[in-house]
Amino acid sequence: MQEIRRKYVVPGDRIAEGNFRTLFNVIRVGNSIFATRIGIAEAGREGVKVIPLSGIYIPRVNDIVIGKITDHSSLSWEVDINSCFSAHLPAQDVFGRDFSPARDDMGRELATGDLITARIIAFDRTRDPMITIQDKDLGKIPRGEFIRISATRVPRLIGKRGSMIQTIEYATRTRVLIGQNGIIVVTGRDLEGIKLAVRAIRMVEEEAHTANLTQRVKSLLGVSDSSLSDTPQVAQPQIGELQSAIQEVDEELNGMEGGEKV
Amino acid sequence: MTQTRSLIDENGKRTDGRTGDQLREIRITVGVIKNADGSAFIEFGMNKIVAAVYGPREVHPKHMALPDRCVLRCRYHMVPFSTDTRKNPAPSRREVEISKVIREALEPTLMLEDYPRAAIDVYVEVLQADGGSRCAGITAASVALADAGISMRDMVSACAAGKVDDRIVLDINDTEDKEGDADMPVAYMPHLEQVTLLQLDGILNEDQFNQCLDEAVIGCKMVYEVQRKALMQKYFHNETELKEEQ
Repeated sequence: MQEIRRKYVVPGDRIAEGNFRTLFNVIRVGNSIFATRIGIAEAGREGVKVIPLSGIYIPRVNDIVIGKITDHSSLSWEVDINSCFSAHLPAQDVFGRDFSPARDDMGRELATGDLITARIIAFDRTRDPMITIQDKDLGKIPRGEFIRISATRVPRLIGKRGSMIQTIEYATRTRVLIGQNGIIVVTGRDLEGIKLAVRAIRMVEEEAHTANLTQRVKSLLGVSDSSLSDTPQVAQPQIGELQSAIQEVDEELNGMEGGEKV
Repeated sequence: MTQTRSLIDENGKRTDGRTGDQLREIRITVGVIKNADGSAFIEFGMNKIVAAVYGPREVHPKHMALPDRCVLRCRYHMVPFSTDTRKNPAPSRREVEISKVIREALEPTLMLEDYPRAAIDVYVEVLQADGGSRCAGITAASVALADAGISMRDMVSACAAGKVDDRIVLDINDTEDKEGDADMPVAYMPHLEQVTLLQLDGILNEDQFNQCLDEAVIGCKMVYEVQRKALMQKYFHNETELKEEQ
């Protein structure tokens, strides 16, 4: 198997020459492949790509996102999903097919300012994304600490097979809801635990591209390697759905962490 | 233009002590504006310029949105204290022109079709002006765009060349701009080897023009090295490869 080389690049850097497939965040000019964003370039058997380190969230169908209701018309809610497009949640999604704008009060179901976990059901270049909350573990988020990080850091925060987030959740006794759009809600009984989890998340955001990050997060959380063997291997049911959806991107990263597991 | 004094002395040194092929000192800091999606601060000789990038974000007013690509909006502005006599903060004819040429210098590098119906706003604010501020502005804006994570075909580096005392020199400063014979700002994509901005104020013959362009392109390549170093410093602390975890 061909060895995968990982190189730090800025836009315009030549990553490879020859007959490689271009995957994402790269362009081919003549025989050369150039990076189009700042990030970590990978030239492997399947092609050449750049894992970006900055940039806004671009919606993709089936992404699980956390959004904030900003407004509603007579037929749909408008939801801020931390992107350049605002999402639409149709009223029929909540009230069912017999929804009537005259009879049903949309403001009572979801008010402006409410946070929701939702799934993107449709998005293309021509229309704003449409979302749904009719699925397991989706819907209104009642409480929690709200954090906004760059969407490019989300796969790193989850870690390989959820290792990073499980470490944080286990050590701080909190639940961390992660949206693919970089919005995070931390809930827990203990205020200190929530504060510690927020600090750990901020640390992951700032040092996402550095090596041995898991070790540093562990030392921040005050957990030793041996105590982590007790970490539940299965994610808690509430975030299980979220994580399986996020798994896809996680695998895209294809072990940025080099075989690190809890 | 009436020349009142010699701009190049008998040792070949210019008014600020540089030789003909030397750039002024350049320093770039990335990510200085936390509220912006990407930003950069450049010191290009005595020029001090902040560039901030917002977006891609929703377009307001909405009728400006384009269905197939992103709108790029640039604003070049000099603050009232940027020059020795107060500059009126209202956008002048010159600033409107420079805003337009900066937009056109950056547009070819951006993959605007990746963000349909959105807008990218680039603000270039000159805090201290010393000749060549449009070039320094483009250089800073390009770094800020890369910092914002917007897809780019290449970086854009800009540098001027010109004619002073019948000699072609690199990176014209304020005095040489006012008292010299010609000033030619050039913006250039160093890897794609394409020019995105070329203006000329003054008179050059064909040989001088070619020499001036070659000189400016060499200058742009030197500017690019500084841009790249600034980005690598911010994101990777000057490391070049990811070290594998064991």
